[in-house]
Amino acid sequence: MSTGNMNLTLKVWRQKNNNAKGALVDYKLADISPDMSFLEMFDVLNEQLINKGDEPVVFDHDCREGICGMCSMFINGRPHGPKDLVTTCQLHMRSFKDGDTIVVEPWRAAAFPVVKDLTVDRSAFDRVIAAGGFISVNTGNAQDANNLPIPKMQADAAFEAAACIGCGACVATCKNASAMLFVSAKISQLALLPQGQPERYRRVQSMVAQMDAEGFGNCTNTGACEAECPKGISLENIARMNRDFASAKFISEETV
Amino acid sequence: MSGFGNAFSSSIGKKFIMGITGLFLILFLIVHCGINALIFISDGGLTFNVGAHFMATNWIIRAGEIVLFIGLLAHIFQALRLTLQNQKARPVKYAVNDGKANSKWYSRSMGLLGTLLLIFLVVHLKDFWVVSRFTGIPTVDANGHEDLYAVMKEKFQDPVRVVVYVLAMFSLCYHLLHGFASAFQTLGWNHSKYNGIIKGAGVWYSVIISILFAAMPIAVYFGLIQ
Repeated sequence: MSTGNMNLTLKVWRQKNNNAKGALVDYKLADISPDMSFLEMFDVLNEQLINKGDEPVVFDHDCREGICGMCSMFINGRPHGPKDLVTTCQLHMRSFKDGDTIVVEPWRAAAFPVVKDLTVDRSAFDRVIAAGGFISVNTGNAQDANNLPIPKMQADAAFEAAACIGCGACVATCKNASAMLFVSAKISQLALLPQGQPERYRRVQSMVAQMDAEGFGNCTNTGACEAECPKGISLENIARMNRDFASAKFISEETV
Repeated sequence: MSGFGNAFSSSIGKKFIMGITGLFLILFLIVHCGINALIFISDGGLTFNVGAHFMATNWIIRAGEIVLFIGLLAHIFQALRLTLQNQKARPVKYAVNDGKANSKWYSRSMGLLGTLLLIFLVVHLKDFWVVSRFTGIPTVDANGHEDLYAVMKEKFQDPVRVVVYVLAMFSLCYHLLHGFASAFQTLGWNHSKYNGIIKGAGVWYSVIISILFAAMPIAVYFGLIQ
């Protein structure tokens, strides 16, 4: 942990577009405040690049308060860098030491093609959601919330699954680029609640089929996804999805 | 399309096959280890040969052997398919990937450990299975049973073979350390009341089975059992 201003060497993945060949490019940065966030450090780098007339580094970011899931940097071999339970925007330069070399790469997965530099296209996740990650609700007045009693434990588990921000760190860190943690969280948040029951077994089949069609890898239960998830989504969700999948395929009479 | 749809061709279905065959092989190892451990009785292999004779002649065991080979081949072929798919899922590798920060090395090396076990298995089957099923066990013991114990004693006079067998049991131990609990997770048997039991049983199982198996060639080589 550093207190004074820091000098850093960055090795950043630069790639013009999806078809171009990319490479790691070295940048020297001086006088970086340890209180800056990782993204603010990139803002400094980009200002310097723009002043020099170079192309700034393209990277995804939006809310910068850890809830949108846009910032997607693979920092020194870990998604969102060395800290647990944070996104890149909530990672501060005090987590590094003066003189450090930091390697920054985009998420790497066939299902997440690089758009430019550190930005990848995560619309594969959107298509998985569109395949079944919703519930049917009748139009008209919303009914009284107390009409549907939900046990506290159940509500908490659903809420914890719903904390997934769809950042893709699970895919990025998985040795197989598997999306099981994301998909299982999106299935669980609905499967745990009464509102999710009508489509429960149709949903798990459709979403898993879409996940496979997008070209994500297969789960080998290394647990890396759970360890790197900025929202602490549990592997329990994957087991629940597998259970639901088995029920849907071998017990339910509804075919998708 | 049948009512089962793509139950076994989907990513989760393929993993079900890995998990089910894995648990089946785990059960097989208990039987295999249990019968072999009869050599520790130190009665010149008489009891062990009774066990070996039963395994070689009982028709349920003979039928089970066919199922065992089918299960083993399914485990291997499914693993190959999954590994090839997984490699395609990340065509460009990371320049820096800090795997040890978030997972155990053996959970990321199941393919390597499994390949080492497969190579060992070829050697092992040639040493004992081919002899007892095809080329024939040369001698009989005092009870008139085929003396498989004598074959074992002769094979484990070779120190290279003993080292190969012991090293293979390290592979087996780490393969099981991940595989045991992993099979339960894949099949969806994850429950806060049982997770601790499954994890603990997995560790105990892996260590005990591997140590018992490794102790056999060592004990025979050093003449610790008669």
